[in-house]
Amino acid sequence: MDQAICLHCEAPVSIPGEHTVVIDGKQQPICCEACEIAAQTIIDKGLLDFYRFRDDSSATVTNGSMNLKENSTANADSELARWTGYDRPALQKEFVVVNADGTRTAHLLMHGVRCAACSWLIERGIATIDGVESIAVNPVTTRTDIQWEPKRIRLSQILGQIACLGFTPYPHTEDEIERVAADERRKSLKRLIVAGLGMMQVATYAVALYAGAFQGMDPAIEKFLRLISLLVATPIVLYSGAPFFRGAWHDLQIRNPGMDVPVALAIGAAYAASVWNTLIGHGEVYFDSATMFVFLLSIARHLEMVGRHRVLGLSDALARHLPRVATRLVDGEPREVGVMELVCSDLVLVNPGQTFPADGHLEGNDVQVDEALLTGESQPILKSAGDRVVAGAVNQRIAATFRVDRVGAATSLAQINHLMMAAQKEKPPIVQIANRVASRFVTGVLLAAIVVGTIWWIIDADRAFEIVLALLVVTCPCALALATPAALTVATSVLARRGFLIRRPGALEELNRVTDIVFDKTGTLTDRNVMLRRTETFGAIDEEHALQIAAAMESRSEHPIAAAFSAIRVSLDVDQITAVPGEGLEGFVGGRLYRIGTLGFVAGLSAQSAPQLDESAQTARTVCLGDEEAIMARFELAEAARSGAAQTVAALFRSGITPMIASGDRESSVRAFAEQLGIEICHAELKPADKLLLVRKLQDAGQTIAMVGDGINDSPVLAGANISIAMGSGTSLAQHSADCVMMSENLTTLIDAFAIARQTISVVRQNLIWAVCYNIIALPLAATGMLAPWMAALGMSASSLLVTANALRLNHARRVDVVMSESTGLSHPRSSAEPA
Amino acid sequence: MNIIFLLIPLSLVLLIAAVWAFFWAIRSGQFDDLDSPAWRILLDDDRRPPDTDKEQ
Repeated sequence: MDQAICLHCEAPVSIPGEHTVVIDGKQQPICCEACEIAAQTIIDKGLLDFYRFRDDSSATVTNGSMNLKENSTANADSELARWTGYDRPALQKEFVVVNADGTRTAHLLMHGVRCAACSWLIERGIATIDGVESIAVNPVTTRTDIQWEPKRIRLSQILGQIACLGFTPYPHTEDEIERVAADERRKSLKRLIVAGLGMMQVATYAVALYAGAFQGMDPAIEKFLRLISLLVATPIVLYSGAPFFRGAWHDLQIRNPGMDVPVALAIGAAYAASVWNTLIGHGEVYFDSATMFVFLLSIARHLEMVGRHRVLGLSDALARHLPRVATRLVDGEPREVGVMELVCSDLVLVNPGQTFPADGHLEGNDVQVDEALLTGESQPILKSAGDRVVAGAVNQRIAATFRVDRVGAATSLAQINHLMMAAQKEKPPIVQIANRVASRFVTGVLLAAIVVGTIWWIIDADRAFEIVLALLVVTCPCALALATPAALTVATSVLARRGFLIRRPGALEELNRVTDIVFDKTGTLTDRNVMLRRTETFGAIDEEHALQIAAAMESRSEHPIAAAFSAIRVSLDVDQITAVPGEGLEGFVGGRLYRIGTLGFVAGLSAQSAPQLDESAQTARTVCLGDEEAIMARFELAEAARSGAAQTVAALFRSGITPMIASGDRESSVRAFAEQLGIEICHAELKPADKLLLVRKLQDAGQTIAMVGDGINDSPVLAGANISIAMGSGTSLAQHSADCVMMSENLTTLIDAFAIARQTISVVRQNLIWAVCYNIIALPLAATGMLAPWMAALGMSASSLLVTANALRLNHARRVDVVMSESTGLSHPRSSAEPA
Repeated sequence: MNIIFLLIPLSLVLLIAAVWAFFWAIRSGQFDDLDSPAWRILLDDDRRPPDTDKEQ
């Protein structure tokens, strides 16, 4: 696009020169009032570095207008006034802590923080305000802690300032899951530190003792060193090692020995024998082995836990946080109530920048909402009266009213969270197998230990204990048990962060086997945007001029149809545009009155009957343009391919998966669309049952089918396919039974999913092969007495660490790089997000 | 060598102090956010905003 780009939000500027800011004497283009306020605030505070440092690869800042009213009365003052509700003590009780010195600390989440520069901007911008003691913004979780002096400044003033910078603060109240996770993290870290520091001490004493064994040592000193080792090792074994003993006890109770049993046995036996030998004053001590074992295993456990918590945090901490207050309209009067008090059929007012507190249907005017929390898609979506809105979506520009029909746990948002939690609890078959194998393996190891111990007892009773200990430690199936779940956990979390939810355990394995992928067309390969397919002119006007007029008028509209004209650069003056809902637009372009919209509406202006249009025109979506004299042009619109569709198809071909279309639509339009995307096989005019038949036929031919559909009308075929992927609309989640839900609007996510599934399976395979090979080599070595217990501890722990680290590699799985080029010749509809 | 009867217990005192310091740091939330410090170092603080533009 050769249009000027807004300095602040980087959206194209529709009316150059209307808004600008001055930097170093140079005028910089700004797209709208809201961005101007944000940019001016940034300049005034001397924070221009923000524009230099912000991360260009991320989506940069959200369009500033999301925080501000669209109309021209929006200004910094009204922005500040909006937050006064947060000064109410009743509300502050939920997220504000009063410190001992009289200052207060608020816990907030920031909507719109995308990178380190954003957090830097907020920190620098707010810390300079008089009365603000401290502020810290985490750029990853967007969690923000602000400490302020209530006598000098009100919280609402601080929040208003943040909003002026272009971010939306939300109160952050920790929920139970988060609290438990944070608690677990802290405890694990404490255990790790005790084990680590202690282990190092014990190891130095052990070195002294070993040296003493060779060079001779004063018996008093030797005794002293052993006692000190006992002293230091005790908290390590009893405190840091406690989870292993607890796990083993639990395993024994359910009679299903897991990896904790040999671990606890080894640690316990080594410790007990060492304590006994220390007290009686002779014999070996193994404090060094026991503590090293505890420490290294704790590291592996800690890493595994960090991976698990990433999954927890993936739904974007914001998603779990709905607003605390809502504005209920009672007889047209707005009244603030707690969200908990909302009931079905309440009429609720949602101001721009605020979050919908419940699910419901929109009433009144069209609004734009940002459903990024649910779909991962940052482009706002236009909704008109009667459309569903979901809790967690953010209202963009003009106040919306909606009728509540689902609250609390019944909302889509709550259901998504519930599904995620449920999916995590279920154990996929591949993990179940691994656990079963590990359990049998443990039983085998325990038996082997008894046999080896007995044999060595006969050969050399002195060494028997040491060898059994080494055997137990070295063959601990930790790596085996960790290999699969670690990889799956990481992969699930990575995919979820990219807008692809795995709902059925085992879906990742299945994705890896897919040979053919069947797409539904409407709603799957296409999206709600439209593009211009053909222009037809009547009378003297040429096509170029007609398009100019149409684009000029539509540039002031937020209707989805306007997107079809957004690629055309506007050079004409536009004036007095008024929208007639359901009909079109009327207004002056270059001083002449025009109408654009439905045939009847446009014909109404010139009071002329419509020109004879051919038959096909009646079915296609068309928009007419006319002035006071005649109808001048007709624009034929077509469904636009979903963003990334062509790239996805190309990438599928490259990875050897055959894409095909199965649609209920007419043959001609399906074929045209398939050609446009480069799909060779397409089946048109299919009923849902025919689609299922098609899938069955392919399956009989030995193919593994993935079906991508929009969930509801495709449900039979989704159920019939080997793996089903539903396009998540956010509203029908509870209904569809798909294995995976694609929350992202961009189809390339699918390619990501396939790529990550492939990597995951190969990581699992690597891990299992490693774990098995390791044990095959280590067992005989330990049984023949070639390994000292400390070597065993080192080897086994290194093996577990290796497996976990290998799984964590998936975290950095590269996003499939597809340039959003116009290679398919599609117009790139963006203007629905553009401020007018 | 008798000095080690004093020095080793002394080192244990240091060990306990170190563990206590770590526990204190964990309790006060210093390990809760390990993401932003890595980013923060990339951004300069030394550009002070002009005093005249103080808000409020």
